[in-house]
Amino acid sequence: MCKFAFHYNIFEMNRSIITVVGKDTVGIIAKVCSYLAEKNINILDITQTIVQGYFNMMMIVDTGNISEGFDMLATDLEELGNGIGVQIKCQREEIFEKMHRI
Amino acid sequence: MININEVIETNRMIEKENLDVRTITVGINLLDCASDTVDEVCSRIREKIIRTAGKLAATAETISREFGIPIVNKRVSVTPVSLVGASACKSPEDFVRIALALDEAAKTIGVNFLGGYSAIVSKGMTESDMLLIRSIPEALARTERICSSVNVGSTRTGINMDAVRMMGETVRQTAEATKEKDSLGCAKLVVLCNAPDDNPFMAGAFHGVTEPDAVINVGVSGPGVVKYALESVRGASFEVLCETIKKTAFKITRVGQLVAQEASRRLGIPFGIIDLSLAPTPAIGDSVADILHEIGVEKAGAPGTTAALAMLNDQVKKGGVMASSYVGGLSGAFIPVSEDQGMIEAAECGALTIEKLEAMTCVCSVGLDMIAIPGDTPASTISGIIADEAAIGMVNQKTTAVRIIPVIGKTVGDTVEFGGLLGHAPVMPVNRFGCCDFISRKGRIPAPIHSFKN
Repeated sequence: MCKFAFHYNIFEMNRSIITVVGKDTVGIIAKVCSYLAEKNINILDITQTIVQGYFNMMMIVDTGNISEGFDMLATDLEELGNGIGVQIKCQREEIFEKMHRI
Repeated sequence: MININEVIETNRMIEKENLDVRTITVGINLLDCASDTVDEVCSRIREKIIRTAGKLAATAETISREFGIPIVNKRVSVTPVSLVGASACKSPEDFVRIALALDEAAKTIGVNFLGGYSAIVSKGMTESDMLLIRSIPEALARTERICSSVNVGSTRTGINMDAVRMMGETVRQTAEATKEKDSLGCAKLVVLCNAPDDNPFMAGAFHGVTEPDAVINVGVSGPGVVKYALESVRGASFEVLCETIKKTAFKITRVGQLVAQEASRRLGIPFGIIDLSLAPTPAIGDSVADILHEIGVEKAGAPGTTAALAMLNDQVKKGGVMASSYVGGLSGAFIPVSEDQGMIEAAECGALTIEKLEAMTCVCSVGLDMIAIPGDTPASTISGIIADEAAIGMVNQKTTAVRIIPVIGKTVGDTVEFGGLLGHAPVMPVNRFGCCDFISRKGRIPAPIHSFKN
């Protein structure tokens, strides 16, 4: 087995941004992370901040290996968010790259 | 790597400031659908539109979902129908049959408007152009999604005043034919000067003969985003103001460029252009008039409005041009009345008149747009308004257009409700002095001098 098998090639990855916005409660990250683990989605980065009293979290994830469609992933995460009273969005990274990088 | 503040900014633009991609428009060449029988033309048209753009709506939905950006309209523009139907159509009724076939195709593929029921008559009219223009009132009354446009002049050719006269009458007849719906047909009919071949916005979209077999053109929007950005620079100098508009236009356009490239790749249709427009909607906060207010005029139409609009239009282009590889279409700030809540309010309180709007069209992207006028306005007066706009376009080498609605049975003080993106509007007064003798002259206004540049 190739020893570089676990090295990610960032150019081949299909990165998406998951954002969670809402009132801070216990277990938000845990719930999102267990869902992602279940779907074999690797988390590359997590940042969080508070904007105008609201909890904002951003995860950069690799959606290159998802077996179901992107739509299914986005819908599942939205529903997960509804269940815990926060808004969860999943978007492909390019929209942010294009808008903020020349 | 992207940081959280950038992500929050983008999502705020989408969720709170109405950032969206206004339209993905697939331009389709229908010249190869020409035949000598109307039935054959209709059947070829249906087949080609469904084959080329059948997946447009579903693809746009997928892109919208993946990037989290609304794509409001999915549309199709086709080769001017006066050319496609030239050998088959022997009467206006024949052209109406083509309009019905186009409408049916538009419904089948799930697009909300299909443009190109058009004639390009800037210098002269063929028999076929004339038949198509005569068929417009019935075609618009009997279809739901067809948009019609007629180009009556250009900087190179001058203004075809015979066509201008005919279009004044056609606008009135269309209003009569759709009077049960507040003359809605006129909202889908635009008279242009210097019409571009690659405009993705309705009602003036058509697929010009200089274009490839099929092409993707995308119209971006975002008046709300510009307004929000300007709120943070209140009282700042013009330099700061212009920089802010440019940066915002750049960001908006980059999203359009991304969507256009994705749509092009997934549909296997080449990318044509991005139309860098600030296209308002009746939604609160999605208004070009609100931007003008933010720049510093009390209401759209107040003194200073034309200068503010000129600056806004120019900065949008300067910021947007760098963000896209190909820019085309109309590109600039639209100033429709009924589709912009701030413009509606300005018209209602008397700040905005048709004359001031005419001045604003010298510096905006198109022209007199979505203006309701009294139903008893004579055809010659409508032709006079069209001629004035065409003259502005011809002399200034820009696209101008007239989309006015003489609302049958209504007069100044009444309000008209078109619904949806077309919005509502107060009926605005029109100058009551006539121009009948001017409009009844035959022939054309010659092209202006633009050559002696030494």
